Amino acid sequence: MVDLYLATMRMAISEQFQYRTANYFYMLGMIAEPVIYLVVWTTIADQQGGSVNGLTAGYFAAYYIVWTLVRNMNIVFGAPYWEHRIREGDLNRDLLRPILPLHYDIAYFAGWKVVVIVLWIPLAFALSLLFDPSLSPNAQQIATFAIAIWGAYLIRTMFQESLGMLCFWTTRGAAIFDLYMATELLLSGRLVPMPLMPEWVQQISRFLPFQYAFYFPINSLIGDLSGPELLRGLGAQLLWILIGFGIFRVAWRFAIRHYSAVGG
Amino acid sequence: MNTLRVSWLYLKLGVLNELQYRVNFFVSLLQMAIALVTGLVVLALVYSHTQELNGWTKPELLCVLGIQILMGGLIRTWIQPNMTRLIEEVRDGKLDFTLTKPEDSQVLVSVREVRIWQVVDIISGAVVLAVGVSRITTNVGVGDAIAFALALLLGAVLIYCFWLVLATVAFRVVNMWHAVELFDGIFQTGRWPVGIYPLWLRFGVTFLVPIAFAVTVPAEALTSRLNWETLLFAFVFASVLFGATRWFWRFGLKRYTGASA
Repeated sequence: MVDLYLATMRMAISEQFQYRTANYFYMLGMIAEPVIYLVVWTTIADQQGGSVNGLTAGYFAAYYIVWTLVRNMNIVFGAPYWEHRIREGDLNRDLLRPILPLHYDIAYFAGWKVVVIVLWIPLAFALSLLFDPSLSPNAQQIATFAIAIWGAYLIRTMFQESLGMLCFWTTRGAAIFDLYMATELLLSGRLVPMPLMPEWVQQISRFLPFQYAFYFPINSLIGDLSGPELLRGLGAQLLWILIGFGIFRVAWRFAIRHYSAVGG
Repeated sequence: MNTLRVSWLYLKLGVLNELQYRVNFFVSLLQMAIALVTGLVVLALVYSHTQELNGWTKPELLCVLGIQILMGGLIRTWIQPNMTRLIEEVRDGKLDFTLTKPEDSQVLVSVREVRIWQVVDIISGAVVLAVGVSRITTNVGVGDAIAFALALLLGAVLIYCFWLVLATVAFRVVNMWHAVELFDGIFQTGRWPVGIYPLWLRFGVTFLVPIAFAVTVPAEALTSRLNWETLLFAFVFASVLFGATRWFWRFGLKRYTGASA
């Protein structure tokens, strides 16, 4: 199993480095989203004498620059691609292998992430010059962040793959996937740092996985969480990974029983 | 005249084609509803922390949102499907069939595809816009309305030119898919008036990708912010770009040698 992961990751790394221009274009396209949020909230902070709910322009800059890395880590084998996999018959090949397609997806995208992180560094540097973030993490925070971005990656993988199981029953899941993404946008910290949300929204999202794949990793680096709080966050991530994996296993068992091959 | 006749034919064909897939209409409707609610929640969130954004009140930003959704619907109904098809056909050689037809090639490649279900976006954008306009406290006069219609038309022309230039580049650079994704990301900047962006970005979304002309300028017309110099400038810019695009299309075509077939 470890060999398989290492081999797949190595393959993904060399494959994706060949497409570095394509990867860069993709990353540049994604930069628009956080830059828009950042500009809007910086404008509001400036209008109100420097801060919104105690969050300063420098904090917003740091938040949305770190956001870009977390968002890139969050790109996984998405639910809509299951439709493609089934329709084109790729799944038949995958099923012949002695391991779950899930493991292959995790390994492949994990390898890709290595490329993404390398490509991200100059981008983050440029954004820092443009927006002047205030960022001073200690060693403990950096270590937590380094683990938390991979936790975020796994959480999102598990839930997206589970959702993808819907494709075994319908070819029109697009609206459901959109609904999921919209919920995630609002409850994860992708749109705004969680403290800007109304109190009741924050309460709800405490019991959902979304913010552990977005707000927690970002906050672990730029916030002021104590040692125990950081550990508790990582623990929550682990819990959600296990829950997500459990959901996937159950959904997978039903899905594969329902499956009859298409194409070839 | 011929241009209109051909466009009308393709429109009918597109409608007939898509009417076969009726469930897609409901999927589009649901997707539109989700996107709309999300947009409104974001707006509510922003205005729960402030009274106005760079001088724009909430009803005024509702107009901006409406125009952005409407313009986005227009792009996804006509402009984007045609242009992505063009890019695709350059790669697999099918464009040759179109070029042999006895009709202006630029017209043909621009009107072949119509995604009729995306019209729900145009309608929902118009509704949001209407709600926004009804809540604006200042009066929207007839002059404002005419300026708005004109600005919207010019904006659509500019976006079309931008896309055609991009697609024409596909004659030389095979892989233009990333440019498509890049556009989708950048178009989101239109949700907010361009005045809030830093100078370098404002320049980019005005002249490199003409989103400011497509969304902010029409919104300025409705909220009595627009002066006639800006509108005149938009007109000149659109005319020049349209001419340049036509020239560029012919230039690209002249060097095109066909892919396979």
